[in-house]
Amino acid sequence: MASLTELEIKQLEETARNIRGDSLRFIHNRGAGHPGGALSAAELLSVLYFQTMRLDPQDPAKETRDRFLLSKGHASAALYAALSRRGFFDAAELEHWGEVTCKHQGHPDRFKTPGVEMTSGILGHGVAVGVGLALAARLTKNPSRTYVLLGDGECQAGIVWEGAVTAAKYRLSNLIVIVDLNDVQLDGPVHEIMPMDHMAERWKACGWYVIEINGHNVRQISEAFDLAKEVHDKPICVIARTTKGKGVSFMENQSYWHGNVPNAEQLKQALSELGLEGK
Amino acid sequence: MGEMSIREGYSRSLVEYAGTNEKVVAVEVDTAASTMSYLFEQKYPERFFNVGIAEPCAVDVGVGLALGGFIPFVNAFAALLALRSLEQIRTCLCYAKTNVKIAASYAGLSDFKDGATHFAVTDIANLRALPNMTVIVPADAAEAAQFVPLVAEHDGPVYFRLSRGAALPVHKTGEPLQIGKGIVRREGDQLTIIATGGMVGRSLKAAEDLAGKGVDARVVEIHTIKPLDKDLIVASASATGAVVTVEEHALIGGLGSAVAEALADACPTPMQRVGIADAFCPTGRDVDGLLDACGLGVKDIVSAAQQVLKRKA
Repeated sequence: MASLTELEIKQLEETARNIRGDSLRFIHNRGAGHPGGALSAAELLSVLYFQTMRLDPQDPAKETRDRFLLSKGHASAALYAALSRRGFFDAAELEHWGEVTCKHQGHPDRFKTPGVEMTSGILGHGVAVGVGLALAARLTKNPSRTYVLLGDGECQAGIVWEGAVTAAKYRLSNLIVIVDLNDVQLDGPVHEIMPMDHMAERWKACGWYVIEINGHNVRQISEAFDLAKEVHDKPICVIARTTKGKGVSFMENQSYWHGNVPNAEQLKQALSELGLEGK
Repeated sequence: MGEMSIREGYSRSLVEYAGTNEKVVAVEVDTAASTMSYLFEQKYPERFFNVGIAEPCAVDVGVGLALGGFIPFVNAFAALLALRSLEQIRTCLCYAKTNVKIAASYAGLSDFKDGATHFAVTDIANLRALPNMTVIVPADAAEAAQFVPLVAEHDGPVYFRLSRGAALPVHKTGEPLQIGKGIVRREGDQLTIIATGGMVGRSLKAAEDLAGKGVDARVVEIHTIKPLDKDLIVASASATGAVVTVEEHALIGGLGSAVAEALADACPTPMQRVGIADAFCPTGRDVDGLLDACGLGVKDIVSAAQQVLKRKA
């Protein structure tokens, strides 16, 4: 794989910045949502939707498309930002997000929001559902890959590991799990609520090929997904070290911002820090 | 003895049907020898996935296979599927409308030797409360077998409730069978016995006993608990003026509750419900003795019929 050009890097970073700004605007307008985990995943979504995954918004049901499962469904604002910027729907639809007449749901619904592959919201489903998708692709000799985004707090759910060992048993190298490791969950720091230390070793012990990266570095993210394509006998786990609330000083590493909403003043400051004021 | 078990009727039929539909796949949870999905594994090893003792994972793997265009049958014990995997079923099957078939084996008291931990007597209540779910309870092995293609070709999630053992035979292979359409198994005009699953055969026996006592009972089989054949239930209640429901399930939330809801809305009718009391059932030596001990004997059905006739206007 050719490495990214400086221009591509700039564009992916710009897209991540816009995903952050859109997410905060959507959440502010709705008066509900989960900003912290949306901001931590911005670069991951930017690279997946604008560089790595084979997708066609004009032909969203194409059999050979890559699949993305947002297992941490509460980061819906960031997914909606990525999908609308990728051309799956008009972001203006989200001005009414949260109203009962708005089709876009609080958590992703595969029938309501174009481009959403699977309904999610309850944590823990993504890996096992991804196993099924990866098995289906193998059975039909479909080159499609399945990418699953998990939170690190989500990894406390037992079903994540039921899915992990199943993926390894079937050597599903067409399944790529990304752990958005921001060390913050609803009630506080992950390392205090229920420590999930040695994350890489956990996945390795389950039989996965593990790649550890800085989850805010688009070059590292892109190269990790390229490397994953060279693995042929194991599922791949990309451990992306991130900062919850990344890019907004008062949100960074604060569990309060897992599920709270910026007011007008806070939104203004956040957009200013992101360099998006007035945009 | 001699009758094929319901689980075997299902499993052999699934193997046969999978020969005609390559989209059928099976997921198992280390109970292949029990659910008899091993027959599928032997014939189609590449389409068989044993995920170990992990029922929630099995359901979600089925979800992924369905999203990828397959028709997965997830094989496990009903008690685990309906309780441990209920959230997976609610979120990823019902809400997300995925085409997954839950083959819930060892349902009711049919795993008589393993006791209350293994009994599934609240599963109908759990599953019928979920939007988009279809709940089917075959009465015997022949009916289970005939249902397999219908379940596979039904577009949407299905909870297919299967007994470990055999039941008194009531269905002749090839007779009309349709999801959502009840079957009048015996005509009668003094009361209607509405039964599901293995209790249909027992209800027909009870109707014979009642005939000997001069009571002419209609027997209606409701194999599809959801969507419920309200038309047939209301028509039968209206024609006979009294109803008895019979099920190998708790009295809370099962067939009896579903029938009562339908009649309350459309045709309030004196009713008696035969089912399992609000208590945990003991281990038994054989399934028939256990069913009798838990209030599901032929005599219990007869007694319920006699009581409801006293209340008939």
